Amino acid sequence: MQFRLMFQRLFNEKLAFVSMIFLLLLLFLSLFASWIVPFDPNKQDLTKVMLPPDGTYWFGTDELGRDVFSRVLMGAQAAIQAGVVAILIPLFVGVPLGIISGYLGGIIDDIFMRIVDAILSFPAILLALGITGALGVSLWNAMIAIGIIFTPQFARLARGQTLQVRREPYVEAAKISGAGPLWIMMKHILPNILSPIIVQASFSFSLAILVEASLSFLGMGAQSPQVSWGGMLHQAYSMIFVNPYMMLFPGLAILISVLAGNFFGDGLRVAIDPKMKRS
Amino acid sequence: MRGPNEPVLEVKNLCSYIPTSRGVIKPVNNISFSIGAGEIVALVGESGSGKSVTALSIMGLNSPSIKYEKDSVISFKGENLLKMKKRQMKKIRGNEISMIFQDPMSSLNPLHPIGKQIAEPIQLHQGVSYQKAKEIVVNLLAKVGIPDPENRLNDYPHQLSGGMRQRIMIAMALACNPSLLIADEPTTALDVTIQAQILNVMRDLQKDTGISILIITHDLGVVAEMADRVLVMYCGEIVEEGDVYSLFKNPQHPYTKGLLASVPKLRGASEKLLHTIPGAVPNPLELPKGCNFSGRCSYATEKCLTEAPNLVETGKDRRAACWHIVDLQTEEVTVHA
Repeated sequence: MQFRLMFQRLFNEKLAFVSMIFLLLLLFLSLFASWIVPFDPNKQDLTKVMLPPDGTYWFGTDELGRDVFSRVLMGAQAAIQAGVVAILIPLFVGVPLGIISGYLGGIIDDIFMRIVDAILSFPAILLALGITGALGVSLWNAMIAIGIIFTPQFARLARGQTLQVRREPYVEAAKISGAGPLWIMMKHILPNILSPIIVQASFSFSLAILVEASLSFLGMGAQSPQVSWGGMLHQAYSMIFVNPYMMLFPGLAILISVLAGNFFGDGLRVAIDPKMKRS
Repeated sequence: MRGPNEPVLEVKNLCSYIPTSRGVIKPVNNISFSIGAGEIVALVGESGSGKSVTALSIMGLNSPSIKYEKDSVISFKGENLLKMKKRQMKKIRGNEISMIFQDPMSSLNPLHPIGKQIAEPIQLHQGVSYQKAKEIVVNLLAKVGIPDPENRLNDYPHQLSGGMRQRIMIAMALACNPSLLIADEPTTALDVTIQAQILNVMRDLQKDTGISILIITHDLGVVAEMADRVLVMYCGEIVEEGDVYSLFKNPQHPYTKGLLASVPKLRGASEKLLHTIPGAVPNPLELPKGCNFSGRCSYATEKCLTEAPNLVETGKDRRAACWHIVDLQTEEVTVHA
């Protein structure tokens, strides 16, 4: 019933609602891309190189005669994967660490938070490059790297929220009922700090798409034959004066996905906590 | 059933201290009392007098910065709670000793239905599933006077009024049939009419289950309504103890006398200003050398300023810590004569 109320508020945020529809569409496309694509995204046809958009090739073709539309669709797969993996890691590692840190405090808190500080002191993209460099270059490793970069933010957020919630009388009441720390963290703290974490996750999702594109653009992400938007941009940028369409469509795909993620996050924040003013 | 011959809880020389950079604060300074089976004892005092620290010491939930002197003993059914390991203490909390708080509004988790919250101690201590605990929960809800308990199980705290929530808290506290209930200002946050209902619920449950209750309050009306015996605390010490009738009729410590005089009276209220005790509670870092109350006491003499009085037997089941007990009594006599 509270969930329905939240959905109602989200619906009232028109931009966020449209973004949600778009993200769902993106998810659908990425799941079924292999069946939807009109052409094999890796099939070369050197007789039809760098065509502008037309009725057959909606987004034109690239310098090897591959269909850009099919490649953008396949690229959604990499983007969505990166987004999902990159928020699952901090959700399952960062959030528990943050809760433990905030609830137990003391030396454990000090150790965890110093590690978090250390990770946060690196520029994100450099750290991601370093991690993929160390693990080996592949889309999978890039996603893990992005996940590791996001973990400290989630740990911080979870810790801060826990510090607030642990002083609530109902936590004290649970202690008086004889509950141990694990029980309290699972049953009382986690549910009460979940909403800001969900919002953070939706922002991180769009940021992950962006970071994955950057890594692929730099050649440290998805490797051919796997298609990714960043990789497509990398190919296209040397052809920018010959065929600008090659750059336009993957660029637009990244732009719209990231914007959708951010608008959705904004709307979600308002929907979850209506007291919070929109910035 | 009544009678302190077999105490459930016995506190002996409980002395806690907090070392700070400016000196040592003693929130509770050498107090001793006992609670008999089925007895309702009230702990009275103003804010900062050490009531809540005493309660949390019994629960073992004081902040770790509060330390205890070595000879402090809190004996529950013959076992010293202060010496207990965390694991053992966890088995006692909510099972044998439980507690309810002042503010029922925030003492319930807003995200869980009340049925699940009441079942929590049962699940924790008896290791049963929620489905099995449900029946007990329905009985408990009926006991604390919640109508139609079966259909209330899935209600969320925000759907209930303050009085209802305090009933839920009481149900939760009683879930495992504890032998001691600590009620920390259970009615302070409630309307007067609801206060009376909650006190009635507690009294009825006490009669049904024979549970001992330690009720912490600064409301003397609640004390008169509920308690068998009263402990008056001031600056971390017990200054007077006695059964409720003789203490209200014949207070022996000037502080108790002041407290009783400060209760607003319906008759004659318009003619006189409300009685107040002059001065303020002394800084816990700079307690007076003699009696802690000497600075505010109209009976204080030279002796009071230099020597602290001990809590001494002053009559049947009466104790008081004052050099002037005799004087007060004679005054009492003159008033009645």
